[in-house]
Amino acid sequence: MVRVTHWLTVIAFFALLITGMEIVISHPRFYWGEVGNVMVEPAFTIPIPSSRGSVPTAYKFEMPDENGWSRYLHFEAAWLLLLTGLVYALYSLGTGHFRRDLVPARGERSWRTYRNVVRRTLRRERPDAAEARSYNAVQRATYLVVIFGFIPLVIWTGLAMSPAFTAVMPWTVEALGGRQTARTLHFFVSWALVLFVVVHVAMISMAGFRSRMRTMLTGRAATREDA
Amino acid sequence: MNPLTRRRFMTAAIAATAGVAGVAVADRLARRYGLLPPDDGGIYGPGETLTYAAQRILGRHSLAREFPRSMISASPFLNPVAPPTDAFKRSQANGFADWRLAVDGMVAHPGSFSLADLKRMDTRSQITEVACEEGWSYIAEWIGTPLPDVLREVGVQPQARYVAYFSIEHDWWDSMDMGDALHPQTLLTWGMNDGDLPVGFGGPLRMRVPRQLGYKNVKYITRLTVTDSMKGIRDGLGSAAPAGGYSWYAGI
Repeated sequence: MVRVTHWLTVIAFFALLITGMEIVISHPRFYWGEVGNVMVEPAFTIPIPSSRGSVPTAYKFEMPDENGWSRYLHFEAAWLLLLTGLVYALYSLGTGHFRRDLVPARGERSWRTYRNVVRRTLRRERPDAAEARSYNAVQRATYLVVIFGFIPLVIWTGLAMSPAFTAVMPWTVEALGGRQTARTLHFFVSWALVLFVVVHVAMISMAGFRSRMRTMLTGRAATREDA
Repeated sequence: MNPLTRRRFMTAAIAATAGVAGVAVADRLARRYGLLPPDDGGIYGPGETLTYAAQRILGRHSLAREFPRSMISASPFLNPVAPPTDAFKRSQANGFADWRLAVDGMVAHPGSFSLADLKRMDTRSQITEVACEEGWSYIAEWIGTPLPDVLREVGVQPQARYVAYFSIEHDWWDSMDMGDALHPQTLLTWGMNDGDLPVGFGGPLRMRVPRQLGYKNVKYITRLTVTDSMKGIRDGLGSAAPAGGYSWYAGI
């Protein structure tokens, strides 16, 4: 179940990332607070051409408008992410996956442990026996931050842009400081997730891409020879 | 690889059956309670239906956020629209004195309203945000006649499910369900920030649906049709938006 939900999340993530970028192209300006438009000074601008002629950019040409299908797919993939996340969370609570595999052991919750893991990883030392079978302290902490921090935050900041959802729960956008702040945070958290994915894939490559992929696809643990 | 034991196979089979049955039941329930959007077909149908149904179940009657007067945008962005048709320009030269809002379909008393007729009814003003699907937004005060009042005046038949609304520009139209049509903040808007609604912002008459994104707020409204199904109206998708690739429901 952990593997199935992982790969569904991968599908949802890339669909959300690509369609999210398409939507940003229609207004590559970001603001803080409640309102923002081309009459308002932006907090920052992405230096890319826009798919709307009404948005001033440094370029003379317009990108094609891909917002229609991008929005359809963005929200459908968001449902896939949300429902997959709920199944994963319920399953993991039921089976003790969080407690057993993700919460760092009592003695490992210190900066010194994390520093040691990073140092050993950078020196490309072989993992010890426990680590070869399970996640090390840094992996555990990172996965927890992504699962309980970034992903809920990216869903929250997304919903805080929905006029119907914020009619039901106005505090979801007011607590963030306004609709445009929600949009800007949504953008930043998305990049934090991209950074996580890049490092995640880099670490897998270091550990042996093929053996890790086989493990994550079939559930069979890698043997010594594979590594 | 883990052997595919009989037990695992049975578990998977039961889960798959439950899943299919669950989807079938959900589809029947959605149909029964009117939770399917007109553009529920195709590969994006499931996502669209989930969004629409979830937002209707969460809060059919909840109010869009309103803002203090101090938050009204000093220079709201004016989304450029196509140059007006000759019919529009003639009416504009006339001060829109001949502008009519026709109401037909499933109503007891089909008829039409002039702007003066609408202004004689109870008016409402609200300070709400217009949010475009592109990401930008502004806040303005919108003054108009609540759509539910107009619908009461013409006597909507109980089986009505949608109100379609049409612009003087032929290819610009949209529709909303009765949840939004009978919502107190849904305004046939003719005023903005204490003045007449400027043409650029949709004057003389714009549909304002503050619980949905900007593109549902069609400008230059001339006709309303009350119906129980979007099937027979234009392309049957409930709005000009799906033809352009955009979703009918824009609450998100």
